[in-house]
Amino acid sequence: MSGLVLEFDSGLAAAKAVPPLLSVTAVTVRYRSGSRDVTAVSDVSLDLAAGERLVLLGPSGCGKSTLLRAIGGFIRPATGHIELKGEAVLGPSPERMTVFQEFDQLLPWKTVEENVAYGLRRARGLPRAEAREVARNWIGRVGLADFAHAHPHTLSGGMKQRVAIARAFAIKPRLLLLDEPFAALDALTRRRMQDELLALCEDTQVTAIFVTHGIDEAIRVGTRILTFSPHPGRIIASHKVSDDERRRGSRAFAGLEARLQEKLFDGRDNADV
Amino acid sequence: MSEQTLAAAPAGTGLLPRLAWRRLAVFTGLLGLWQAYALWLGNPLLLPTVDTTFAALWSGFASGELVDRTLASLRVLLVGYAGGVAVAALLASFAALSRWGDDALGVLTSMFNPLPAVALLPIALLWFGIGMPSIVFVIIHSVAWPLAVAGHTGFRSVAPTLRMAARNMGLSGPRFVVEILVPAAFPQILSGLRIGWAFAWRTLIAAELVFGTSSQSGGLGWFIYINRAQLETPSVFAGLAVIILIGLLVEGLLFRSVSRLTVQRWGQEQS
Ligand SMILES: Nc1ncnc2c1ncn2[C@@H]1O[C@H](COP(=O)(O)OP(=O)(O)OP(=O)(O)O)[C@@H](O)[C@H]1O
Ligand SMILES: [Mg+2]
Repeated sequence: MSGLVLEFDSGLAAAKAVPPLLSVTAVTVRYRSGSRDVTAVSDVSLDLAAGERLVLLGPSGCGKSTLLRAIGGFIRPATGHIELKGEAVLGPSPERMTVFQEFDQLLPWKTVEENVAYGLRRARGLPRAEAREVARNWIGRVGLADFAHAHPHTLSGGMKQRVAIARAFAIKPRLLLLDEPFAALDALTRRRMQDELLALCEDTQVTAIFVTHGIDEAIRVGTRILTFSPHPGRIIASHKVSDDERRRGSRAFAGLEARLQEKLFDGRDNADV
Repeated sequence: MSEQTLAAAPAGTGLLPRLAWRRLAVFTGLLGLWQAYALWLGNPLLLPTVDTTFAALWSGFASGELVDRTLASLRVLLVGYAGGVAVAALLASFAALSRWGDDALGVLTSMFNPLPAVALLPIALLWFGIGMPSIVFVIIHSVAWPLAVAGHTGFRSVAPTLRMAARNMGLSGPRFVVEILVPAAFPQILSGLRIGWAFAWRTLIAAELVFGTSSQSGGLGWFIYINRAQLETPSVFAGLAVIILIGLLVEGLLFRSVSRLTVQRWGQEQS
């Protein structure tokens, strides 16, 4: 327990020095299902500095996806507000690109290259030839150069997620949002993709929010981890990940994994998954 | 080129001849049955044999009359079909973009879709008089509603993730409909277009039969009508054969190719 640093208000302290890239203030999100309201996210505040990779870690159903969608501009919070660079988030925008968990986020009628290039043309307004060139480069960086002219339905799940990641990175958003992009992949592929994503993030210095319920995944890809209580989601704790801890198989990695696990189980009042 | 597309190609060409062979067998079987029954019946006024029908078909084409009739029908058909597709596209797009449009389409289709196009003919005659505009009007009616319903259900079944991804890239309004919803819902739209094409033909022939004697530059329906009146039964059958042949051609060449170039290539084929 001693090694875990609780930093409930560290975000606010940092905000005084440099204005944060993203600030989420007292956000509550509710769904209307039938006659009653379901509170999915309850009074969450967080700040994100440029270059950080924030992981939202919590049990299934705690509202991680909901919070991410609110930041993406797809859902409006019931109360509270979200600002990117001081501007209120009012709807979806290419400034905040989301990579979804589902494989059907690609346009099935376009090839891999056309999918990435189309994103560049519509989101960034690049001319056709330039979009194609940038797309080719990114497809190469995610290791799909041989499949540039394949249609998505001929790709495996992992390859489709690579395309979605390439499309999002290519657009160069201010903030990259990833909602369990590897959840539906097998363990081996997931591990490889975590490492590849980490390399891309470090290369591009992108600011990102990554949703997961895998503790090892959180430690591997994040610079800071927020743990959430079960439904309705609240932040339990925040932890900065050191370079030592990020090395898979190291003592520090295992130690942090164990502490986070404990934290998640503590905050859980019923044991359903 | 990926390995997958290369591997899929031989399977497709291997299957096609077998399919064509079976179709041909069904077709010749039907012709054989027809010929046998007609010979047994021995009453050419009720049922002409296959060879007299084809002779009538040949002379109809040779004299140019059947060609003129076919072209006249196709012209009206295409104008009406295009009009119906345009109306359906407007209605379905409006429905996809606004709640009002959605409700309006719901009410309109439940009112007009069950209404047979021929039932509108008397009104069409009142409004537009006898001639092409009336027939075009009823063809538009017969194409627009089923196609609008197909398009609308297609739009509604587009995956929410795909919609969100598109909005994330900054798409909205008409561009969202044209560049995202239409291709994503193309399987349903294509089957709507097929149904609309069949409805358009039925309506056209029925309308021409109803207009009967008064039509000067009539089409195939008119050709069938006068030949029945003159008891030229082989020509009646020749007229029907032309309709069937055009149907086979459009299905076999046009819709199949479109389907192969689009939904099958995109892996969206519905089975
Ligand atoms: N469209 C919706 N309508 C009504 N309730 C919803 C809807 N989407 C989510 N919820 C509810 O909101 C809560 C949070 O859902 P959310 O998808 O954000 O969880 P999550 O943390 O992403 O879970 P997981 O890890 O399983 O993806 C859940 O209790 C869920 O029942
Ligand atoms: Mg989720």
